Amino acid sequence: MNAEGRVYKATGIKLFWRMLLARAYPRFVSPIREKSWLFFETFLPLMATSAYVFVYKAVDAPPEFIGFVVIGGTMSAFWLNVLFGMAMQLYWDKEIGNLDAYILSPGPIMAILAGMALGGMVVAASRAVFVLVIASLAFQVTYTISSLPLLILVFLLTLLALYGMGMMFAAVYLAAGRDAWQINSLFQEPIYFISGFYFPVKTLGFWFAAAASIIPLTLGLDAMRQILFSGDPALGFLPVEVEILLLIVLSVVFLAVSQWALVTLERIGRRDGRIIERRR
Amino acid sequence: MRSSLAIETRNLGRVYKIRHGRKSEPKELVALKDVNLEVPRGEFFGLLGPNGAGKSTLIKILSTLLLPTSGVALVDGLDVTRDMVEIRRRISLVSGGENSGFGFLSVEENLWMFARFYGLDSRDARQRIHEMLEIVGLADRKHTRIGELSTGLRQKMTFVRGFIPDPNVIFLDEPTLGLDVAAARDIRAFVKDWIRRYPDRTILLTTHYMAEADELCDRLAIIDRGQVLACDTPANLKRSLQQDTIYLLRVAPPDSKPAPNGTLESVPGVRQVTVAAGDGYSELKLRLAGDDALGNVLSHVAAQGSTLLSLEKREPTLEDVFIHLVGRGLSEDAPPNGAQGSDE
Repeated sequence: MNAEGRVYKATGIKLFWRMLLARAYPRFVSPIREKSWLFFETFLPLMATSAYVFVYKAVDAPPEFIGFVVIGGTMSAFWLNVLFGMAMQLYWDKEIGNLDAYILSPGPIMAILAGMALGGMVVAASRAVFVLVIASLAFQVTYTISSLPLLILVFLLTLLALYGMGMMFAAVYLAAGRDAWQINSLFQEPIYFISGFYFPVKTLGFWFAAAASIIPLTLGLDAMRQILFSGDPALGFLPVEVEILLLIVLSVVFLAVSQWALVTLERIGRRDGRIIERRR
Repeated sequence: MRSSLAIETRNLGRVYKIRHGRKSEPKELVALKDVNLEVPRGEFFGLLGPNGAGKSTLIKILSTLLLPTSGVALVDGLDVTRDMVEIRRRISLVSGGENSGFGFLSVEENLWMFARFYGLDSRDARQRIHEMLEIVGLADRKHTRIGELSTGLRQKMTFVRGFIPDPNVIFLDEPTLGLDVAAARDIRAFVKDWIRRYPDRTILLTTHYMAEADELCDRLAIIDRGQVLACDTPANLKRSLQQDTIYLLRVAPPDSKPAPNGTLESVPGVRQVTVAAGDGYSELKLRLAGDDALGNVLSHVAAQGSTLLSLEKREPTLEDVFIHLVGRGLSEDAPPNGAQGSDE
């Protein structure tokens, strides 16, 4: 409370941070309150991962390939979270009436998206760890980490770029309305293929892999695999340093585009009267 | 210097361009036309109008969700077009039937989250949430997940949400829509108490319920087809009809149409007639130039072969004022008009 007995309201960075944490909060508590995720988001990815492992075992693939699959299966938790927990979320929030409250708050809507991203990362990370540990133990994967700090850096940059892309998608899906469902379906399965979730992306050929690198997971997975299985760097698509650089560029571009898209969307929405209308 | 007006509009207009197909020419729909309003600080101001009148468009413009296409709108002395962020710090909006929040979070958690979106300190937020929930009788449900609340209780929570950021101006868009009698009464009691305790704050209410507007509002604007038809205190608005006499007649049988508007309105002394169908009867609301005209009306009814079931003389109500100005009741749809329209 201030001297006039009015409630103190933060501005600037403080407001941004409060909004971010407030929007992250539902994400933090949802796994505790709604336990169905245990089956759908850990057991099912584990099944898909296992299927690829058995294929590789059947054809006597090099042992690193088993590890590649496990890492791909682990990172799929983040991809699903970006699609359904980030890209679709603003659209869902509009449908249930939360978007009005976000827009009417005095802070930037980027803070809301950043909160969704932070909450999503933490929750997806817990699911990813579950898949990683169970699959690694079950299939006796051996990791030879060349540099732990580098691994952490690549992982964090991958998440930053990936969730930056999720924020951009959130703005696009909001504009697309109900068509967002179709866009999401379009992205979900093909990305498993073009980003090399279950195989080294290099096998797709340079130009295909280069095009697929617009999805941060392509570069992130490739770099992490090179660091985690340092025995055979020839399986990597680009040198890790280059991939780190590209991930930084992708992060900046996606975050900037999402910021621009949200501001533009709000401006057009205010002009045309479609900012919070449902099902128009 | 701080403006003495909480809300001010000057020749405010809003036109929507609607396309009914990608290749079709956009059609213009006038939602607001030359709206001029001045609402001083501390006033409980009401907007009364039928569906499509432009009430929600006006609220959206004032709450910065929509840009005007002409004119000026100021909230707390700030321009809605230029000072969007600063206005948002000072206002709040609650819409009836709103379903915001997350079902798996408790009442307190949801309110805390929304309070933080306004930058409130966590301790202040919890204190205000506790106080507000006590006032509306939801304190015992503080830890209940909102997915488990009844519609009325959930709406009370949404309502509380609007007051937690301590707004200077709060917009209540049909806040009691769909609520049962007790919940609506609690909400009305809450807002009356709030504006009494904080006399420098302002409330703008839109409502369909005449009695609610009459009970709560210091002043009212009656709006139809995007234009303000009258703006005054409820008492003055009713007084404007006091030279007329209002009668409520029930006649049977309803099928014989004893008093179709055109015929009965031609009876000398009859100024306006509205007809509502009842169960086995027709209810005629008549605005007469004076008591003398009643004899003519009764003769006309008898001549039509109808039976008079009851007769009641009434003081003018807001509804009578509304019908007088708009030409129809709140529950009746507006006649089609190609040049008009709204987002509601």
